[in-house]
Amino acid sequence: MKYSIFSLARAALSGHRNWSRTWRDPQPKSHYDVVIIGGGGHGLATAYFLAHTYGIRNVAVLEKGWIGSGNAGRNTTIIRSNYMLPGNTGFYELSMKLWERMEQDLNYNTMVSQRGIVNLYHSDAQRDAFARRGNVMRINGIDAELLDQAQIRRMMPFLNFENARFPIQGGLWQPRGGTARHDAVVWGYAHAADKYGVDIIQNCEVTGFTHDQNGKITGVETSRGKIGAGKVGMAVAGSSSRVAAMAGLRLPIESHVLQAFVSEAIKPLLPGVVTFGAGHFYVSQSDKGGLVFGGDLDGYNSYAQRGNMPVMEDVCEGGMALMPMIGRVRLLRQWGGIMDMSMDGTPIIDRTPVDGLYLNAGWCYGGFKATPGSGLVFAQLLATDTPHEEAKRFRLDRFQRGAMIDEKGQGAQPNLH
Amino acid sequence: MRIACPFCGERENGEFTYLGDAKPQRPAMVALDAGVGASGEQEAFYDYVYLRDNVAGEMSEYWYHGGGCRSWLVVQRNTMTHEISSVKAAAGTGAAAVKASARS
Repeated sequence: MKYSIFSLARAALSGHRNWSRTWRDPQPKSHYDVVIIGGGGHGLATAYFLAHTYGIRNVAVLEKGWIGSGNAGRNTTIIRSNYMLPGNTGFYELSMKLWERMEQDLNYNTMVSQRGIVNLYHSDAQRDAFARRGNVMRINGIDAELLDQAQIRRMMPFLNFENARFPIQGGLWQPRGGTARHDAVVWGYAHAADKYGVDIIQNCEVTGFTHDQNGKITGVETSRGKIGAGKVGMAVAGSSSRVAAMAGLRLPIESHVLQAFVSEAIKPLLPGVVTFGAGHFYVSQSDKGGLVFGGDLDGYNSYAQRGNMPVMEDVCEGGMALMPMIGRVRLLRQWGGIMDMSMDGTPIIDRTPVDGLYLNAGWCYGGFKATPGSGLVFAQLLATDTPHEEAKRFRLDRFQRGAMIDEKGQGAQPNLH
Repeated sequence: MRIACPFCGERENGEFTYLGDAKPQRPAMVALDAGVGASGEQEAFYDYVYLRDNVAGEMSEYWYHGGGCRSWLVVQRNTMTHEISSVKAAAGTGAAAVKASARS
Protein backbone atom coordinates (compact mmCIF):
# COMPACT_ATOMS: atom_id res chain seq x y z
CA MET A 1 0.00 0.00 0.00
CA LYS A 2 1.24 3.46 -0.88
CA TYR A 3 0.68 5.97 1.89
CA SER A 4 -0.57 9.43 0.99
CA ILE A 5 -3.14 11.97 2.04
CA PHE A 6 -5.62 10.10 -0.16
CA SER A 7 -4.97 6.71 1.46
CA LEU A 8 -5.37 8.39 4.84
CA ALA A 9 -8.67 9.99 3.81
CA ARG A 10 -9.95 6.70 2.35
CA ALA A 11 -9.05 4.81 5.51
CA ALA A 12 -10.58 7.52 7.69
CA LEU A 13 -13.90 7.26 5.84
CA SER A 14 -14.04 3.54 6.64
CA GLY A 15 -13.17 4.09 10.30
CA HIS A 16 -9.52 3.03 9.87
CA ARG A 17 -10.58 -0.61 9.73
CA ASN A 18 -9.27 -1.32 6.24
CA TRP A 19 -5.54 -0.66 6.46
CA SER A 20 -3.59 -3.49 4.88
CA ARG A 21 -0.48 -5.08 6.44
CA THR A 22 2.61 -2.91 6.26
CA TRP A 23 4.80 -5.96 5.56
CA ARG A 24 4.07 -9.62 4.93
CA ASP A 25 4.72 -12.45 7.38
CA PRO A 26 6.27 -15.03 5.04
CA GLN A 27 7.50 -18.56 5.70
CA PRO A 28 11.27 -18.79 5.18
CA LYS A 29 12.30 -20.10 1.73
CA SER A 30 15.02 -22.74 1.47
CA HIS A 31 17.55 -20.40 -0.12
CA TYR A 32 18.23 -16.67 -0.49
CA ASP A 33 20.95 -14.74 -2.30
CA VAL A 34 21.57 -12.78 0.89
CA VAL A 35 20.46 -13.53 4.45
CA ILE A 36 20.73 -10.71 6.95
CA ILE A 37 20.78 -11.66 10.61
CA GLY A 38 19.11 -9.02 12.76
CA GLY A 39 15.83 -7.20 12.11
CA GLY A 40 16.79 -3.89 13.63
CA GLY A 41 17.15 -0.62 11.79
CA HIS A 42 20.52 -1.55 10.30
CA GLY A 43 19.46 -5.00 9.08
CA LEU A 44 16.25 -3.74 7.51
CA ALA A 45 17.99 -0.72 5.97
CA THR A 46 20.59 -3.07 4.48
CA ALA A 47 17.84 -5.21 2.97
CA TYR A 48 16.13 -2.10 1.57
CA PHE A 49 19.29 -0.79 -0.10
CA LEU A 50 20.20 -4.26 -1.43
CA ALA A 51 16.82 -4.41 -3.15
CA HIS A 52 16.47 -0.76 -4.08
CA THR A 53 20.00 0.32 -5.01
CA TYR A 54 21.79 -2.93 -5.90
CA GLY A 55 18.91 -4.93 -7.42
CA ILE A 56 19.30 -7.94 -5.12
CA ARG A 57 15.76 -8.81 -4.10
CA ASN A 58 16.02 -12.45 -3.06
CA VAL A 59 16.84 -11.36 0.48
CA ALA A 60 15.68 -12.44 3.95
CA VAL A 61 16.00 -10.56 7.22
CA LEU A 62 15.97 -12.94 10.20
CA GLU A 63 14.95 -11.55 13.56
CA LYS A 64 14.90 -13.65 16.73
CA GLY A 65 12.15 -11.55 18.36
CA TRP A 66 10.07 -8.92 16.61
CA ILE A 67 11.63 -6.29 14.39
CA GLY A 68 12.91 -3.25 16.24
CA SER A 69 12.79 -5.03 19.60
CA GLY A 70 16.46 -4.39 20.35
CA ASN A 71 18.41 -1.16 20.31
CA ALA A 72 16.38 0.30 17.43
CA GLY A 73 13.55 0.75 19.91
CA ARG A 74 15.70 1.67 22.91
CA ASN A 75 17.77 4.66 21.84
CA THR A 76 17.28 8.40 22.41
CA THR A 77 16.46 9.02 18.70
CA ILE A 78 19.16 11.61 18.03
CA ILE A 79 20.50 12.17 14.52
CA ARG A 80 23.62 14.24 13.84
CA SER A 81 26.83 14.27 11.80
CA ASN A 82 29.18 16.26 14.03
CA TYR A 83 32.19 13.95 13.91
CA MET A 84 35.81 15.04 13.53
CA LEU A 85 37.99 12.12 12.48
CA PRO A 86 38.50 11.01 8.87
CA GLY A 87 36.33 7.96 8.34
CA ASN A 88 33.59 9.16 10.66
CA THR A 89 33.01 12.65 9.25
CA GLY A 90 32.05 11.57 5.74
CA PHE A 91 30.17 8.48 6.80
CA TYR A 92 27.86 10.23 9.26
CA GLU A 93 27.21 13.03 6.77
CA LEU A 94 26.26 10.42 4.17
CA SER A 95 23.85 9.07 6.74
CA MET A 96 22.52 12.57 7.50
CA LYS A 97 21.81 13.18 3.81
CA LEU A 98 19.87 9.92 3.70
CA TRP A 99 17.86 10.99 6.77
CA GLU A 100 16.90 14.17 4.94
CA ARG A 101 15.17 12.27 2.12
CA MET A 102 14.17 9.14 4.05
CA GLU A 103 10.44 9.82 4.22
CA GLN A 104 10.19 10.36 0.46
CA ASP A 105 12.43 7.37 -0.28
CA LEU A 106 10.49 5.02 1.96
CA ASN A 107 7.00 6.48 1.59
CA TYR A 108 6.76 6.39 5.36
CA ASN A 109 6.50 9.08 7.99
CA THR A 110 9.59 8.58 10.13
CA MET A 111 9.10 11.99 11.79
CA VAL A 112 12.58 13.22 10.93
CA SER A 113 12.84 16.57 12.66
CA GLN A 114 15.92 18.69 12.04
CA ARG A 115 15.48 20.77 15.15
CA GLY A 116 19.22 21.15 15.66
CA ILE A 117 21.75 19.88 18.16
CA VAL A 118 23.97 21.98 20.38
CA ASN A 119 27.02 20.66 22.26
CA LEU A 120 27.67 23.06 25.12
CA TYR A 121 31.19 24.05 26.13
CA HIS A 122 32.17 25.14 29.61
CA SER A 123 35.83 26.15 29.38
CA ASP A 124 38.27 27.88 27.02
CA ALA A 125 39.94 24.56 26.21
CA GLN A 126 36.63 22.94 25.37
CA ARG A 127 35.69 25.90 23.17
CA ASP A 128 38.93 25.47 21.24
CA ALA A 129 38.28 21.75 20.81
CA PHE A 130 34.75 22.45 19.58
CA ALA A 131 35.98 25.17 17.23
CA ARG A 132 38.37 22.64 15.75
CA ARG A 133 35.59 20.09 15.37
CA GLY A 134 33.33 22.69 13.80
CA ASN A 135 36.05 23.68 11.35
CA VAL A 136 36.57 20.06 10.32
CA MET A 137 32.85 19.75 9.74
CA ARG A 138 32.68 22.93 7.66
CA ILE A 139 35.68 21.94 5.55
CA ASN A 140 33.78 18.75 4.78
CA GLY A 141 30.65 20.67 3.79
CA ILE A 142 28.74 19.93 7.00
CA ASP A 143 26.83 22.71 8.75
CA ALA A 144 28.35 23.85 12.02
CA GLU A 145 28.35 27.11 13.93
CA LEU A 146 30.20 28.07 17.07
CA LEU A 147 27.79 30.02 19.29
CA ASP A 148 28.76 32.24 22.20
CA GLN A 149 26.90 32.46 25.49
CA ALA A 150 24.55 35.25 24.36
CA GLN A 151 23.42 33.21 21.37
CA ILE A 152 22.80 30.14 23.53
CA ARG A 153 20.86 32.32 25.99
CA ARG A 154 18.53 33.48 23.22
CA MET A 155 17.96 29.87 22.19
CA MET A 156 17.60 28.32 25.65
CA PRO A 157 17.29 30.97 28.37
CA PHE A 158 16.42 28.36 31.02
CA LEU A 159 19.85 26.69 31.14
CA ASN A 160 22.02 27.13 34.21
CA PHE A 161 24.55 29.57 32.71
CA GLU A 162 26.04 30.71 36.01
CA ASN A 163 26.88 27.27 37.40
CA ALA A 164 29.87 27.91 39.67
CA ARG A 165 31.88 24.95 38.42
CA PHE A 166 30.62 24.56 34.87
CA PRO A 167 29.45 27.94 33.52
CA ILE A 168 28.07 27.64 30.00
CA GLN A 169 30.33 29.65 27.68
CA GLY A 170 28.67 28.68 24.42
CA GLY A 171 28.11 25.71 22.15
CA LEU A 172 28.75 24.03 18.83
CA TRP A 173 25.52 24.09 16.88
CA GLN A 174 24.55 21.75 14.05
CA PRO A 175 21.22 23.04 12.71
CA ARG A 176 20.63 19.94 10.54
CA GLY A 177 20.88 17.59 13.51
CA GLY A 178 17.76 16.58 15.38
CA THR A 179 15.60 13.57 16.10
CA ALA A 180 13.56 10.93 14.28
CA ARG A 181 10.90 8.50 15.43
CA HIS A 182 12.94 5.35 16.05
CA ASP A 183 10.19 2.73 15.70
CA ALA A 184 8.92 4.37 12.54
CA VAL A 185 12.40 4.08 11.01
CA VAL A 186 12.25 0.31 11.55
CA TRP A 187 8.71 0.07 10.23
CA GLY A 188 9.52 2.35 7.29
CA TYR A 189 12.45 0.23 6.14
CA ALA A 190 10.40 -2.94 6.67
CA HIS A 191 7.56 -1.42 4.62
CA ALA A 192 9.86 -0.34 1.78
CA ALA A 193 11.99 -3.52 1.73
CA ASP A 194 8.89 -5.73 1.76
CA LYS A 195 7.56 -3.99 -1.34
CA TYR A 196 10.67 -5.13 -3.19
CA GLY A 197 10.03 -8.72 -2.11
CA VAL A 198 12.39 -8.92 0.85
CA ASP A 199 11.20 -11.58 3.32
CA ILE A 200 11.10 -10.28 6.89
CA ILE A 201 11.05 -13.35 9.11
CA GLN A 202 10.37 -12.72 12.77
CA ASN A 203 10.67 -15.14 15.70
CA CYS A 204 13.50 -16.83 13.83
CA GLU A 205 16.66 -17.16 15.90
CA VAL A 206 19.92 -18.06 14.20
CA THR A 207 21.53 -20.95 16.07
CA GLY A 208 24.49 -21.73 13.82
CA PHE A 209 26.06 -21.53 10.38
CA THR A 210 26.37 -24.17 7.67
CA HIS A 211 29.62 -24.45 5.69
CA ASP A 212 30.86 -26.25 2.60
CA GLN A 213 34.07 -28.32 2.64
CA ASN A 214 36.20 -25.20 2.04
CA GLY A 215 34.73 -23.44 5.07
CA LYS A 216 32.59 -21.06 3.03
CA ILE A 217 29.30 -20.15 4.66
CA THR A 218 26.38 -21.74 2.81
CA GLY A 219 23.56 -20.70 5.09
CA VAL A 220 22.27 -20.53 8.62
CA GLU A 221 20.59 -22.90 11.04
CA THR A 222 17.64 -21.30 12.74
CA SER A 223 14.85 -22.05 15.16
CA ARG A 224 12.67 -22.34 12.02
CA GLY A 225 14.96 -24.72 10.14
CA LYS A 226 17.96 -24.46 7.81
CA ILE A 227 18.05 -21.52 5.40
CA GLY A 228 20.58 -21.50 2.56
CA ALA A 229 22.33 -18.28 1.61
CA GLY A 230 24.79 -17.05 -0.99
CA LYS A 231 26.06 -14.52 1.54
CA VAL A 232 25.25 -13.86 5.17
CA GLY A 233 25.38 -10.38 6.71
CA MET A 234 25.38 -9.88 10.47
CA ALA A 235 23.67 -6.75 11.81
CA VAL A 236 23.16 -7.79 15.41
CA ALA A 237 24.92 -5.04 17.38
CA GLY A 238 24.76 -5.89 21.08
CA SER A 239 25.10 -9.60 20.36
CA SER A 240 27.76 -9.53 17.63
CA SER A 241 30.28 -11.52 19.69
CA ARG A 242 27.77 -14.28 20.36
CA VAL A 243 26.73 -14.67 16.73
CA ALA A 244 30.32 -14.38 15.47
CA ALA A 245 31.37 -17.06 17.96
CA MET A 246 29.08 -19.50 16.12
CA ALA A 247 31.36 -18.95 13.12
CA GLY A 248 34.50 -19.32 15.25
CA LEU A 249 35.36 -15.61 15.35
CA ARG A 250 36.50 -13.49 18.29
CA LEU A 251 35.77 -9.80 17.86
CA PRO A 252 37.33 -6.59 19.25
CA ILE A 253 34.00 -5.89 20.98
CA GLU A 254 32.54 -5.90 24.49
CA SER A 255 28.81 -5.78 25.21
CA HIS A 256 27.80 -3.08 27.68
CA VAL A 257 24.49 -1.78 28.98
CA LEU A 258 23.40 1.81 28.28
CA GLN A 259 20.34 3.25 29.97
CA ALA A 260 17.89 5.80 28.61
CA PHE A 261 15.13 7.73 30.32
CA VAL A 262 11.93 9.59 29.55
CA SER A 263 10.10 12.01 31.82
CA GLU A 264 6.39 12.70 32.03
CA ALA A 265 5.14 14.98 29.25
CA ILE A 266 5.57 18.71 29.77
CA LYS A 267 4.76 21.71 27.59
CA PRO A 268 7.18 22.51 24.74
CA LEU A 269 10.49 23.47 26.33
CA LEU A 270 13.53 22.28 24.41
CA PRO A 271 13.93 23.68 20.90
CA GLY A 272 16.38 20.94 19.90
CA VAL A 273 18.89 18.46 21.27
CA VAL A 274 21.23 19.70 24.01
CA THR A 275 24.33 17.99 25.35
CA PHE A 276 26.03 18.95 28.60
CA GLY A 277 29.77 19.33 28.07
CA ALA A 278 30.91 19.04 31.68
CA GLY A 279 29.37 15.65 32.34
CA HIS A 280 27.65 13.18 30.12
CA PHE A 281 24.02 14.15 29.64
CA TYR A 282 22.05 14.60 26.43
CA VAL A 283 18.40 15.52 26.17
CA SER A 284 15.69 16.28 23.66
CA GLN A 285 11.93 16.59 23.93
CA SER A 286 9.68 14.12 22.16
CA ASP A 287 6.65 15.30 20.22
CA LYS A 288 4.51 13.88 23.03
CA GLY A 289 6.30 16.23 25.42
CA GLY A 290 8.49 13.87 27.43
CA LEU A 291 12.11 14.74 28.01
CA VAL A 292 14.16 11.93 26.46
CA PHE A 293 17.64 11.72 27.94
CA GLY A 294 20.65 9.59 28.67
CA GLY A 295 24.27 9.60 29.74
CA ASP A 296 27.14 7.19 30.27
CA LEU A 297 27.29 3.43 30.04
CA ASP A 298 26.90 1.55 33.30
CA GLY A 299 30.48 0.48 32.68
CA TYR A 300 30.47 -3.30 33.11
CA ASN A 301 29.93 -6.08 30.57
CA SER A 302 26.28 -6.98 30.34
CA TYR A 303 23.74 -8.69 28.12
CA ALA A 304 20.92 -8.08 30.59
CA GLN A 305 19.20 -5.05 28.94
CA ARG A 306 18.85 -3.35 32.30
CA GLY A 307 21.14 -1.12 34.33
CA ASN A 308 21.74 -0.04 37.89
CA MET A 309 21.12 2.91 40.19
CA PRO A 310 24.54 4.65 40.27
CA VAL A 311 24.30 5.60 36.59
CA MET A 312 20.70 6.79 36.97
CA GLU A 313 21.93 9.05 39.74
CA ASP A 314 24.86 10.25 37.64
CA VAL A 315 22.66 11.01 34.62
CA CYS A 316 20.12 12.89 36.71
CA GLU A 317 22.91 14.87 38.38
CA GLY A 318 24.06 15.94 34.91
CA GLY A 319 20.51 16.99 34.08
CA MET A 320 20.19 18.97 37.31
CA ALA A 321 23.50 20.75 36.70
CA LEU A 322 22.34 21.78 33.24
CA MET A 323 18.65 22.58 33.78
CA PRO A 324 17.88 22.70 37.52
CA MET A 325 14.16 23.26 36.92
CA ILE A 326 13.69 19.67 35.72
CA GLY A 327 14.18 18.51 39.31
CA ARG A 328 10.42 18.61 39.81
CA VAL A 329 9.64 16.67 36.66
CA ARG A 330 8.85 13.03 37.36
CA LEU A 331 10.64 10.21 35.60
CA LEU A 332 8.19 8.18 33.56
CA ARG A 333 10.25 5.26 32.33
CA GLN A 334 13.80 3.99 32.17
CA TRP A 335 15.26 1.10 30.21
CA GLY A 336 18.53 -0.42 29.05
CA GLY A 337 19.97 -1.62 25.76
CA ILE A 338 23.08 -3.62 24.95
CA MET A 339 25.81 -1.73 23.10
CA ASP A 340 28.42 -3.33 20.87
CA MET A 341 31.39 -1.41 22.30
CA SER A 342 34.34 -1.62 19.92
CA MET A 343 37.91 -0.99 21.01
CA ASP A 344 38.12 2.50 19.47
CA GLY A 345 34.49 3.61 19.71
CA THR A 346 34.00 3.26 15.96
CA PRO A 347 31.93 0.70 14.03
CA ILE A 348 33.16 -2.23 11.97
CA ILE A 349 31.70 -2.87 8.50
CA ASP A 350 33.78 -5.44 6.70
CA ARG A 351 34.15 -8.92 5.32
CA THR A 352 35.27 -11.46 7.89
CA PRO A 353 37.99 -14.13 7.65
CA VAL A 354 35.11 -16.60 7.13
CA ASP A 355 34.22 -16.68 3.43
CA GLY A 356 30.65 -15.57 2.81
CA LEU A 357 30.16 -13.94 6.22
CA TYR A 358 29.98 -10.14 6.45
CA LEU A 359 30.05 -8.07 9.60
CA ASN A 360 28.22 -4.88 10.56
CA ALA A 361 29.00 -4.33 14.25
CA GLY A 362 30.61 -2.22 16.95
CA TRP A 363 28.16 0.69 16.86
CA CYS A 364 28.87 1.64 20.47
CA TYR A 365 26.09 4.06 21.38
CA GLY A 366 25.98 5.81 18.01
CA GLY A 367 24.04 3.28 16.01
CA PHE A 368 20.69 4.99 15.55
CA LYS A 369 21.90 8.05 13.67
CA ALA A 370 23.90 5.74 11.41
CA THR A 371 20.92 3.59 10.41
CA PRO A 372 20.46 4.73 6.78
CA GLY A 373 24.18 5.14 6.07
CA SER A 374 24.97 1.79 7.63
CA GLY A 375 22.32 0.13 5.48
CA LEU A 376 23.65 1.68 2.29
CA VAL A 377 27.34 0.90 2.82
CA PHE A 378 26.68 -2.61 4.13
CA ALA A 379 24.43 -3.30 1.15
CA GLN A 380 27.22 -2.18 -1.19
CA LEU A 381 29.72 -4.45 0.59
CA LEU A 382 27.35 -7.41 0.38
CA ALA A 383 26.44 -6.72 -3.24
CA THR A 384 29.85 -5.90 -4.69
CA ASP A 385 32.45 -7.19 -2.18
CA THR A 386 34.06 -3.75 -2.21
CA PRO A 387 33.65 -1.28 0.64
CA HIS A 388 31.72 1.93 0.08
CA GLU A 389 33.96 4.98 -0.25
CA GLU A 390 32.64 6.42 3.02
CA ALA A 391 33.09 3.16 4.98
CA LYS A 392 36.46 1.97 3.75
CA ARG A 393 38.15 2.79 7.07
CA PHE A 394 35.71 0.73 9.17
CA ARG A 395 37.86 -2.36 8.72
CA LEU A 396 37.95 -5.31 11.10
CA ASP A 397 41.75 -5.50 10.96
CA ARG A 398 42.38 -1.83 11.77
CA PHE A 399 43.40 -2.64 15.36
CA GLN A 400 46.12 -4.95 14.08
CA ARG A 401 47.32 -2.31 11.62
CA GLY A 402 47.23 0.53 14.15
CA ALA A 403 44.63 2.39 12.06
CA MET A 404 42.14 3.02 14.85
CA ILE A 405 39.50 5.76 14.60
CA ASP A 406 39.35 6.77 18.24
CA GLU A 407 37.08 9.83 18.35
CA LYS A 408 37.29 10.07 22.13
CA GLY A 409 40.94 9.07 22.50
CA GLN A 410 40.35 6.44 25.20
CA GLY A 411 42.22 3.46 23.77
CA ALA A 412 41.14 -0.15 24.11
CA GLN A 413 38.99 0.37 27.20
CA PRO A 414 35.51 0.19 25.66
CA ASN A 415 33.54 1.23 28.75
CA LEU A 416 35.17 4.68 28.51
CA HIS A 417 34.19 5.46 24.90
CA MET B 1 23.73 -4.89 41.81
CA ARG B 2 25.66 -5.10 45.10
CA ILE B 3 29.14 -6.46 45.55
CA ALA B 4 30.19 -8.18 48.79
CA CYS B 5 33.73 -6.88 49.25
CA PRO B 6 35.73 -9.39 51.32
CA PHE B 7 37.16 -6.50 53.36
CA CYS B 8 34.23 -4.07 53.64
CA GLY B 9 31.10 -6.19 53.36
CA GLU B 10 28.25 -5.76 50.87
CA ARG B 11 28.30 -2.36 49.12
CA GLU B 12 26.38 -0.81 46.20
CA ASN B 13 28.16 -1.03 42.87
CA GLY B 14 28.62 2.75 42.59
CA GLU B 15 31.58 2.37 44.95
CA PHE B 16 33.36 0.12 42.47
CA THR B 17 35.11 0.72 39.16
CA TYR B 18 35.16 -1.92 36.47
CA LEU B 19 38.23 -3.02 34.56
CA GLY B 20 36.99 -6.06 32.67
CA ASP B 21 37.62 -9.74 32.02
CA ALA B 22 40.15 -11.19 34.48
CA LYS B 23 41.06 -14.11 32.24
CA PRO B 24 43.49 -12.62 29.68
CA GLN B 25 47.12 -12.73 30.83
CA ARG B 26 49.57 -10.17 29.57
CA PRO B 27 51.99 -12.01 27.24
CA ALA B 28 55.68 -12.11 28.14
CA MET B 29 57.78 -9.61 26.19
CA VAL B 30 61.14 -11.40 26.16
CA ALA B 31 61.46 -11.97 22.43
CA LEU B 32 59.88 -8.62 21.54
CA ASP B 33 62.52 -6.84 23.65
CA ALA B 34 65.30 -8.90 22.09
CA GLY B 35 63.94 -8.19 18.59
CA VAL B 36 63.46 -11.87 17.73
CA GLY B 37 60.25 -13.72 17.04
CA ALA B 38 58.49 -10.41 17.20
CA SER B 39 55.60 -11.25 14.90
CA GLY B 40 54.27 -14.05 17.13
CA GLU B 41 54.46 -11.79 20.15
CA GLN B 42 52.81 -8.93 18.29
CA GLU B 43 50.02 -11.34 17.49
CA ALA B 44 49.78 -12.31 21.16
CA PHE B 45 49.67 -8.65 22.21
CA TYR B 46 47.03 -7.83 19.60
CA ASP B 47 44.96 -10.65 21.02
CA TYR B 48 45.53 -9.50 24.61
CA VAL B 49 44.81 -5.81 24.02
CA TYR B 50 42.02 -5.87 21.44
CA LEU B 51 40.17 -9.19 21.25
CA ARG B 52 37.55 -10.23 23.79
CA ASP B 53 35.67 -13.40 24.66
CA ASN B 54 32.78 -11.07 25.59
CA VAL B 55 31.34 -13.84 27.72
CA ALA B 56 27.58 -14.31 27.81
CA GLY B 57 27.21 -16.04 31.17
CA GLU B 58 29.60 -16.56 34.10
CA MET B 59 32.64 -14.33 33.82
CA SER B 60 35.45 -13.57 36.24
CA GLU B 61 36.32 -9.89 36.19
CA TYR B 62 38.36 -7.22 37.91
CA TRP B 63 36.59 -4.58 40.00
CA TYR B 64 38.33 -1.85 42.02
CA HIS B 65 36.77 -0.80 45.32
CA GLY B 66 37.72 2.89 45.00
CA GLY B 67 34.87 4.02 47.25
CA GLY B 68 35.99 1.74 50.07
CA CYS B 69 39.15 -0.21 50.84
CA ARG B 70 40.76 0.53 47.45
CA SER B 71 41.43 -3.16 46.84
CA TRP B 72 41.31 -4.86 43.48
CA LEU B 73 38.83 -7.73 43.50
CA VAL B 74 38.09 -10.70 41.27
CA VAL B 75 34.32 -11.00 40.96
CA GLN B 76 32.54 -13.98 39.45
CA ARG B 77 29.43 -12.50 37.81
CA ASN B 78 26.84 -13.62 35.30
CA THR B 79 26.63 -11.10 32.44
CA MET B 80 23.14 -12.33 31.49
CA THR B 81 21.61 -11.73 34.92
CA HIS B 82 24.14 -9.59 36.89
CA GLU B 83 24.12 -12.34 39.55
CA ILE B 84 27.36 -12.47 41.55
CA SER B 85 28.56 -15.88 42.70
CA SER B 86 31.89 -15.07 44.34
CA VAL B 87 34.15 -12.14 45.27
CA LYS B 88 37.83 -12.59 46.11
CA ALA B 89 40.77 -10.31 46.66
CA ALA B 90 42.78 -10.01 43.44
CA ALA B 91 46.16 -9.92 45.18
CA GLY B 92 48.53 -12.42 43.62
CA THR B 93 46.60 -12.69 40.34
CA GLY B 94 47.15 -10.81 37.07
CA ALA B 95 50.58 -9.28 36.55
CA ALA B 96 51.78 -10.67 39.89
CA ALA B 97 50.97 -14.20 38.73
CA VAL B 98 52.78 -13.65 35.42
CA LYS B 99 55.89 -12.41 37.26
CA ALA B 100 55.72 -15.35 39.67
CA SER B 101 55.45 -17.88 36.86
CA ALA B 102 58.33 -16.17 34.98
CA ARG B 103 60.53 -16.53 38.09
CA SER B 104 59.71 -20.21 38.67
